[in-house]
Amino acid sequence: MVLQPSERHYRDWDHRRLGPWCSPTGSPAPLSCETGCGEGSWILVCRLLVPTQVSLLSMEEDIDTRKINNSFLRDHSYATEADIISTVEFNHTGELLATGDKGGRVVIFQREQESKNQVHRRGEYNVYSTFQSHEPEFDYLKSLEIEEKINKIRWLPQQNAAYFLLSTNDKTVKLWKVSERDKRPEGYNLKDEEGRLRDPATITTLRVPVLRPMDLMVEATPRRVFANAHTYHINSISVNSDYETYMSADDLRINLWNFEITNQSFNIVDIKPANMEELTEVITAAEFHPHHCNTFVYSSSKGTIRLCDMRASALCDRHTKFFEEPEDPSNRSFFSEIISSISDVKFSHSGRYIMTRDYLTVKVWDLNMENRPIETYQVHDYLRSKLCSLYENDCIFDKFECVWNGSDSVIMTGSYNNFFRMFDRNTKRDVTLEASRENSKPRAILKPRKVCVGGKRRKDEISVDSLDFSKKILHTAWHPSENIIAVAATNNLYIFQDKVN
Amino acid sequence: MLSKGLKRKREEEEEKEPLAVDAWWLDPGHASVAQAAPAVASSSLFDLSVLKLHHSLQQSEPDLRHLVLVVNTLRRIQASMAPAAALPPVPSPPAAPSVADNLLASSDAALSASMASLLEDLSHIEGLSQAPQPLADEAPPGRSIGGAAPSLGALDLLGPATGCLLDDGLEGLFEDIDTSMYDNELWAPASEGLKPGPEDGPGKEEAPELDEAELDYLMDVLVGTQALERPPGPGR
Repeated sequence: MVLQPSERHYRDWDHRRLGPWCSPTGSPAPLSCETGCGEGSWILVCRLLVPTQVSLLSMEEDIDTRKINNSFLRDHSYATEADIISTVEFNHTGELLATGDKGGRVVIFQREQESKNQVHRRGEYNVYSTFQSHEPEFDYLKSLEIEEKINKIRWLPQQNAAYFLLSTNDKTVKLWKVSERDKRPEGYNLKDEEGRLRDPATITTLRVPVLRPMDLMVEATPRRVFANAHTYHINSISVNSDYETYMSADDLRINLWNFEITNQSFNIVDIKPANMEELTEVITAAEFHPHHCNTFVYSSSKGTIRLCDMRASALCDRHTKFFEEPEDPSNRSFFSEIISSISDVKFSHSGRYIMTRDYLTVKVWDLNMENRPIETYQVHDYLRSKLCSLYENDCIFDKFECVWNGSDSVIMTGSYNNFFRMFDRNTKRDVTLEASRENSKPRAILKPRKVCVGGKRRKDEISVDSLDFSKKILHTAWHPSENIIAVAATNNLYIFQDKVN
Repeated sequence: MLSKGLKRKREEEEEKEPLAVDAWWLDPGHASVAQAAPAVASSSLFDLSVLKLHHSLQQSEPDLRHLVLVVNTLRRIQASMAPAAALPPVPSPPAAPSVADNLLASSDAALSASMASLLEDLSHIEGLSQAPQPLADEAPPGRSIGGAAPSLGALDLLGPATGCLLDDGLEGLFEDIDTSMYDNELWAPASEGLKPGPEDGPGKEEAPELDEAELDYLMDVLVGTQALERPPGPGR
């Protein structure tokens, strides 16, 4: 899948920057995370309608009829289900931002180059590459349809001029290479400039083809396909800090892969009971430690986190550490287990903490303390009294993700009504913002939102009963070193930036 | 799909307050629930959970997390509905979760599930009145209800529900299956062998005649015709 963006010169962009996230790469912008998440300091940079851009730019390409039909039939005011964004991820420098959607497509955005002429446009992201990562499949043996929805995207750290990312659906992980081409060979002997074959009889002289500059082209090619290793649905992938291996986790098993080997993987966790009747718990998320390549964590549907050390044994069924908070007896209900089910687990950049997201809270755990989290943040506690209704309409099963900022001082997660929340761990202040079309003027400052729980509702507040539960922010991402965030709301991708930046 | 998340008005008396505080479902032992009638309220929550469980199991590939959470919640509700009765400990599950567990087990045994579904479909097409005996552990969960612990009286609610799963649910499941393969002449000898059994009215006693050899033959024929059969068309 080849996409030609408008003319752009990347020669002075240093592709060979390496280095772990935590040390600044020499970029002039200061680490602005220390400003925290004070009220009123976030502005909208751009709102990207992923499918519309794809359809406009790929009209000339020879693509399958389904895409063509979508681009003709698509109404800008509503999204087809295939356009719903299902994952968002910045790469290690923050230069690129990848999104995956329910239709199996990956769209990569690139940050606008800082230029003296258009300083105000810095921080904007434009489409860089788009490709179809996964197609719907049919498992004939089981008569099952395999969804093409992209569950997760993870970037590999950059080691040469090309970019590499892993994308996965329910069953198959793929390694994609995204590279630029800005030269092409010209002067073939047997082909003319349009590529048509020439009659050899007409050729009287020989010439050597030369490489000439051309308009920049970005190509995505699948380099590896890691298939047939998961019986259940893959929920997580995580690249190891050794950059040679990665893991994929499904409901009951976790497999370890080597990037070079696609026909084998090591099973490192298996919680499938001998008798499926005894199944009471599933794996919900997993991640490698950012620095220790032998350590990883995985979370469960019962609200527990297990930390495992791969040096201990080949099959890490016995954990090294077990994190669980005892149940609060005053909050006990039939839904206690469901709301304790962890939907996301993330190591801090420092590697000292893990953050978990369950239905109503975000918790920060110190790796050295297993019996309770060190911090608990209420995301939308006003829903605690509505759990039965949320159980009825299945919203209680929604899986929200959570993210750290670059300095691990602020954490962010989504909620309903297109709200998302940020918690400053140092000042203990929090803010609720909204990603909506109404506030979509570029550079508009986001106004903090407030949910009214009971009693008198103030002018700008919204009451719990007016919340739209179909508008959920499940996926968000934070730039690795700057205060730039990406928020996915259905088929819209919002990019916000700290005004100070 | 989006309708799942939409608020919807309650159809009962609570219509005035669409998302009123749901205190009635709380654990009966909870201090804050003073005047609620827990048994009745829990019963509708129980029904809701059973409905969710069935809906989840009817998926061609159930979401395991959703399934496990619903089953565990169902166990909790059930435990609270009959707290005094001599409930067997959780590891040896009582009848209602055993329904779920049987169905859970069958959802994992992919090949036997495909076999069961193929043979079920065959029975619909060829007019067989019941599934072959060897699959009794998966097909009729309703029968296990008959042997349920007598203390769990509320599980009578489960009976008709599982009946629905067998009679109507599976039929609905296979509506979109292309049955043209069964019009193939190859089926004639197989069906003639099977048909006279139930139709002559021997009942259950005759069913064991459909033994391993017959099943093997059936499977060979099925696999053979499936090899000939074109893959399903683009319409899904």
